Amino acid sequence: MPPDASSPSPNENPPAVMARSLRRTFGEFVAVDGIDFEIERGECFGFLGPNGAGKTTTMRMIYRASPVDGGRLEVLGLDAASGDFDRQIKAQMGVVAQEDNLDTETTVRENLRVFCRFYGMSTAEANRRCDELLEFAGLVEKSDQRVQALSGGMKRRLMIARGLISRPRIVILDEPSTGLDPRARQNVWDGLARLREDNVTLVLTTHYMDEAERLCDRIAIMDRGRIVACDSPTGLIARCSAPQVIELSLRRGPLPEHAQPLLTRAQRVEHLRDRVLLYVDTPEDLVGDLTKTLPDHPAMVRRASLEDVFLELTGRGLED
Amino acid sequence: MRLPGDIDVKMALAVWWRNATVYRRTWLKNILPNFFEPLLYLVGMGLGLGFYVGEGISGQDYIAFIGPGLLASAAMNGAVFEVTYNLFIKLNFDRLYDAYLCTPAQIQDVAAGELMWAVTRASIYGAGFLIVLAGMGLVGYPILTSPFTLLMPAGVMLIGACFGLIGMWFSTFIRTIDLYSYFYTLFITPLFLFSGIFFPVERFPFGQEIAWCTPLYHGVRLMRGLASGELTPEVGVSVLWLAALSLLLMAIVPGRMRRLVYG
Ligand SMILES: Nc1ncnc2c1ncn2[C@@H]1O[C@H](COP(=O)(O)OP(=O)(O)OP(=O)(O)O)[C@@H](O)[C@H]1O
Ligand SMILES: [Mg+2]
Repeated sequence: MPPDASSPSPNENPPAVMARSLRRTFGEFVAVDGIDFEIERGECFGFLGPNGAGKTTTMRMIYRASPVDGGRLEVLGLDAASGDFDRQIKAQMGVVAQEDNLDTETTVRENLRVFCRFYGMSTAEANRRCDELLEFAGLVEKSDQRVQALSGGMKRRLMIARGLISRPRIVILDEPSTGLDPRARQNVWDGLARLREDNVTLVLTTHYMDEAERLCDRIAIMDRGRIVACDSPTGLIARCSAPQVIELSLRRGPLPEHAQPLLTRAQRVEHLRDRVLLYVDTPEDLVGDLTKTLPDHPAMVRRASLEDVFLELTGRGLED
Repeated sequence: MRLPGDIDVKMALAVWWRNATVYRRTWLKNILPNFFEPLLYLVGMGLGLGFYVGEGISGQDYIAFIGPGLLASAAMNGAVFEVTYNLFIKLNFDRLYDAYLCTPAQIQDVAAGELMWAVTRASIYGAGFLIVLAGMGLVGYPILTSPFTLLMPAGVMLIGACFGLIGMWFSTFIRTIDLYSYFYTLFITPLFLFSGIFFPVERFPFGQEIAWCTPLYHGVRLMRGLASGELTPEVGVSVLWLAALSLLLMAIVPGRMRRLVYG
């Protein structure tokens, strides 16, 4: 079937991904609870959310590894919910799954070589592509070793390289940088930035707020199967209940009783395991009083960040 | 190119090619046992035990009686190993099929590629056996006596396909790799012993009726017919039996595998 034969979208240039009331259930459990979003071509779109929020489930529906139980889902204008266009959709997509699924019986290079076959590359073309990607992943020296000989971060890099084999129009990255050292992460960011220049659409999840803030044009924050906010990183930060944050360290024990009246002066208080966050418009007076009253609990002031929005919107910490 | 069942041949070949890549590294180590196993059976059972079966069976020397049946079982073993332990690792431990399915490949392409590989392994195994069987003729033990012997490779592939599919089908039911020991001890071994390779199935009450319902019996009957050139209607029935079961499983297996990777 030609892709445009029964394409439901009348739009000449449909968005990369479009979801309406998208649902996915596992038995009684609703993992994705009627979400709406649109991902423009060439943008970097991030899903953030606590463990179990439904990010991976959403991505799996997009990359056609999972059925759609309700609502609409279109990828590049093709109806993804029906399952009829899976081959066309997947031909234009690269996937880096959350769980490594490398071939443990072949070498690093063969892991890439085998996948070139699925995209009908000639031998010369495939060899060239493997060279490029081994270089990109920093695995040239390891190319003839078995996958078992790789460290966790190297496996992750190989997963990313494999996801890019076909020069896809859309790349789905489910926690791509988990387990990477700072330099490797920087390399991946550079690689993703180059893809952006080529107008490739990126859809990613991450638990690193700095990564999300740095890479994403727009971010959807998910919680319990729903999207609780969707905006640019700066737009999200602006939604935070206050622009400044005072961090009180709990390193030397819990806060004493007489700290309570001080806490009430903040717009919002967030209790974490090792610190307390106080959200305020102007921190100066409160910080002065805190240092006087609580000498054992050093206070630090910073601007509100994506992490603060995350904590506020998802109602529980990253650390729980 | 698309085959019935929406199978994309290019994708299936990519799956096949991955297995060939792995096998290429080990084939030199594997190929020698391929010749020894038939030789051991033919010498040990055919010449050793056969010495005491003086008058032969069905008017044949004992070694000529068991040779074609052993070829059928070699095809079975070659196919089955690939789609049991090896397939289980790819499906459940490495989750390699999940990775295949992120390419344009669909599960039916993956199933077809694995089946093609099982048939390839059955053929490699069967070829070793055929060479040994032919070689026995040169040293005075004629086993392959008819021109229809030339059709035996096709028979090996049919048996390989049928058992490849049976193994794949079984693999979609089990959750732990240990359960293959049931498959081998309660299915493959009884088939090996009671499908008429070593003695006629009529030896036991209802032996014939029970064996008729099992696949290796038909493989043995087919191979024996091709080796001797006595192509009775029963041989045709066996071909149809194996083909029918293969087609049935081809229709079922991709759907079963899909349930394990799509969710
Ligand atoms: N195959 C499945 N069967 C049953 N429940 C599932 C299945 N897959 C996911 N779930 C449930 O769906 C919910 C969402 O899972 P999902 O993997 O999408 O979370 P996530 O946002 O990716 O989390 P994480 O940050 O930990 O990766 C979880 O509660 C999970 O237990
Ligand atoms: Mg996840």
